[in-house]
Amino acid sequence: MKEYQTITEVSGPLVYVETDEPIGYDEIVEIETPDGEVKRGQVLESSQGFVAIQVFEGTEGIGQDASVRFLGETLKMPVTEDLLGRVLDGSGNPIDGGPDIVPDERLDIVGEAINPHAREYPEEFIQTGVSAIDGMNTLVRGQKLPIFSGSGLPHSDLALQIARQASVPEEEEAEGEDSEFAVVFGAMGITAEEANEFMEDFERTGALERSVVFMNLADDPAVERTVTPRMALTTAEYLAFEKDYHVLVILTDMTNYCEALREIGAAREEVPGRRGYPGYMYTDLAQLYERAGRIEGREGSVTQIPILTMPGDDDTHPIPDLTGYITEGQIMMNRDLNSQGVTPPVNVLPSLSRLMDDGIGEGLTRDDHGDVSDQLYAAYAEGEELRDLVNIVGREALSERDNRYLDFADRFEEEFVDQGFRTSRSIDETLDLGWELLSMFPKAELNRVDEDLIEEYYVEDAASEEEAAAAD
Amino acid sequence: MSQAEAITDTGEIESVSGPVVTATDLDAQMNDVVYVGDEGLMGEVIEIEGDITTIQVYEETSGIGPGEPVENTGEPLTVDLGPGMLDSIYDGVQRPLDVLEDEMGAFLDRGVDAPGIDLEKEWEFEPAVEEGDEVEAGDVVGSVDETVSIEHKVLVPPNSEGGEVVSVESGSFTVEETVVELDTGEEIQMHQEWPVRRQRPTVEKQTPTEPLVSGQRILDGLFPLAKGGTAAIPGPFGSGKTVTQQSLAKFADADIVVYIGCGERGNEMTEVIEDFPELPDPQTGNPLMARTCLIANTSNMPVAARESCIYTGITIGEYYRDMGYDVALMADSTSRWAEAMREISSRLEEMPGEEGYPAYLAARLSQFYERAGYFENQNGSEGSISVIGAVSPPGGDFSEPVTQNTLRIVKTFWALDSDLAERRHFPAINWDESYSLYKDQLDPYFEENVVDDWSEQRQWAVDILDEEAELEEIVQLVGKDALPEDQQLTLEVARYIREAWLQQNALHDVDRYCPPEKTYAILSGIKSFHDEAFEALDAGVPVDEITAIDAAPRLNRLGTTPDDEYEEEVEEIEQQISEQLRELY
Repeated sequence: MKEYQTITEVSGPLVYVETDEPIGYDEIVEIETPDGEVKRGQVLESSQGFVAIQVFEGTEGIGQDASVRFLGETLKMPVTEDLLGRVLDGSGNPIDGGPDIVPDERLDIVGEAINPHAREYPEEFIQTGVSAIDGMNTLVRGQKLPIFSGSGLPHSDLALQIARQASVPEEEEAEGEDSEFAVVFGAMGITAEEANEFMEDFERTGALERSVVFMNLADDPAVERTVTPRMALTTAEYLAFEKDYHVLVILTDMTNYCEALREIGAAREEVPGRRGYPGYMYTDLAQLYERAGRIEGREGSVTQIPILTMPGDDDTHPIPDLTGYITEGQIMMNRDLNSQGVTPPVNVLPSLSRLMDDGIGEGLTRDDHGDVSDQLYAAYAEGEELRDLVNIVGREALSERDNRYLDFADRFEEEFVDQGFRTSRSIDETLDLGWELLSMFPKAELNRVDEDLIEEYYVEDAASEEEAAAAD
Repeated sequence: MSQAEAITDTGEIESVSGPVVTATDLDAQMNDVVYVGDEGLMGEVIEIEGDITTIQVYEETSGIGPGEPVENTGEPLTVDLGPGMLDSIYDGVQRPLDVLEDEMGAFLDRGVDAPGIDLEKEWEFEPAVEEGDEVEAGDVVGSVDETVSIEHKVLVPPNSEGGEVVSVESGSFTVEETVVELDTGEEIQMHQEWPVRRQRPTVEKQTPTEPLVSGQRILDGLFPLAKGGTAAIPGPFGSGKTVTQQSLAKFADADIVVYIGCGERGNEMTEVIEDFPELPDPQTGNPLMARTCLIANTSNMPVAARESCIYTGITIGEYYRDMGYDVALMADSTSRWAEAMREISSRLEEMPGEEGYPAYLAARLSQFYERAGYFENQNGSEGSISVIGAVSPPGGDFSEPVTQNTLRIVKTFWALDSDLAERRHFPAINWDESYSLYKDQLDPYFEENVVDDWSEQRQWAVDILDEEAELEEIVQLVGKDALPEDQQLTLEVARYIREAWLQQNALHDVDRYCPPEKTYAILSGIKSFHDEAFEALDAGVPVDEITAIDAAPRLNRLGTTPDDEYEEEVEEIEQQISEQLRELY
């Protein structure tokens, strides 16, 4: 290994070095400052005679007298089952004061794409206990389902609630064979306070024992954030596909990750894409999000719940937009619902789970699940639309039918969505609640539900109760 | 790719930046396929400047460094054409994914090459020519049963000079063995190669007059696509692009389907791989996979291969067209393809056009869509390629360059709408914004083969929907009850058109495929409700009473009524509506 003292330029997170031997693209570099501090970086561009290096831990202290060592390999994550219960920094070094990690294997963090032919289509229902998700936007094992949130909304509480309550009902019944469940938590640029909230919850619920935590906090170097999720996902893949765990990966906050990408792009003077984010951001994000799923013949699975805060609550901003094109749906948090005190403040209308249809129904959840959710959607959408109208013409100007839809929309938010962060509802409870609400309508209005199912589940007296209440 | 080609020249890597590698001392021509680095990663020459050759690499370049060798094959990027392409799944450079899985496990490693078609497998060759016959380029010399659905025709290569047949074989052969020999010394095998970026020759392009029947009511009924036509489906995420594309791949009455998953989700491709072998083709009843070729370059697979997968797909499509088949090609999504071009272009530091896309974006898009059409082939047969491209506009904004440049070329536009999707109105195709320029040239077909007032009834539905759109604006201001009664009734009729006719459940066993006859029948049911209801209104019946009859909501269930029952059901509903309304006056 050769050492160079030939730095020609330092600019933002980038360092340019002259070399006299070929250096591999993506190779790992150590830079030692005159003070003896060692920083790590990665080769971003390699040409005959010179390389551009992106430094993870910030470039302060690096001058032309710093020495550069090329390690001759790409960035690796040391993995072992013993990582469970450990807290690491954003580059994978332990920060919990525990023993050193003795790795079983050292895996390339870039990861390789799963051959679509080797994938197994995800269709195992995960019960999160949250009605707005289970009933309306069902999560399945191996899915990537992000939470689209905004600053100041309780997305962390929802993520924690899911991590705490997630279960697969069938397996619980089967007992014993319970394949193990693990959480990999990747924090990118979140504040120490937020991080504490997560850690406290993990510790209180005992979840830490089956978790691996990667912490890149708000005051840690931004560039390190581009590495953190890859470390986390490499660990998750190892646990899932080598050690048969069902891994839930929570990544927060993807917005900070994208900001870091933009920072590097700008420092390299790349041609920017929309709003200054690099043109390859879609590909880059896909390389993270696509690392979820199931593989034929392997026990484990990787399920991803990335969290992102939409700048200005704007879902057309490049970060949520590109994410939505890659992930299999999204859970949308809503500011109005939050200020109304609905917890979790999930707006089901723009939320979506693309894998839902294959994970629900007879034998998986319940035969009426698909129809109930369709009908709830349609009815809530109609009620929501009428609310705009009510503001103009008032309730009296609306027909009885319209008024019923308005009442439904209110009850849907108050009873179905608003359940609190501490309540866990089984899928049966969720669907029965759905029927209770749907039974506000006459049977003929329920045109999305199969007639046989109406006969089976319709709550006969609900409509009349409602009318009686209205008459009072 | 069969890469037994000789290496014509060797150079050396000069620099590496993501998928773009430059090499020196390499004698190469534009679009030559090269092998990069010690691991032999496949790449393609995309720029030559002085001694420096720029290469886009189809595989991950981590760890590759300057000084490593670059080998030129001297050949452009080609695909292997021959029996065995159907019922296959390829990556963007036609490497079979099942073979790759056998060779390198569940994750895609690099530097592994595999031929696009199985070179070992023997096929039963049935000759169609005899010794002494004169054959020309494109002529059929024999056939093999490729799958239960498709007879694969063995063609004289399109650039052959032709000649007299001097020997013909019959029996089992591999694709590389000679089956026909010409007096010019040319040997014809079942296997051909063709450069992906070049259109395969035809005699002429004709005006399409037959619809590609999709089994989707809103498409066949309002915005039909022709066999040999082009269509774009733009829409924001979650609006149902992929579901619509998949419905077309399943139910369109094409002979061959080429489905390209370009830069999209891995699980989606897996779904297709798992579903298609089990689903029956509505035309033949055979498994859908027997007529399908899948190309999967998921979003996390190398970006340069994403750029090429579109060409790989359409070249395979053209080959089946040459046999006289109707091919439908779905590209999901062309935006990802455009983004791949943008990414490569920015690595080349080319001067960007709009939103960072290269200035040649429009030209590439039109070149691609122009390869669609209804053709007279070299051998005199007629075949077609219909191209349906999904577009994923950022933020759902149709004014962005990929959507706009696509719209200038395609003749059918199916605009997906997030509002409809949020209301779970699927397919979420917006009937105000969408259009089909094939409508008029396809009407004669529908009128001859389905029913003679096809176009009039369609116009009636369009008029009602237009009126609804106008009335909705007033309703937003004053509420529905403030409208005159006849307008309230129109809104009610429009609601049935939307709910009973335009909406279609892609997941329902019956509703997912609706033959044109049924499409027509459901709409006539709604129309007779309209006619009867307005008669009742004229006779002085209040609109509330008209809309309260319980026969009309039965229209909403027609979509799920089985194909052999719906005619009776429509008649029954019409009769019931008529009876119930007449009781009111």
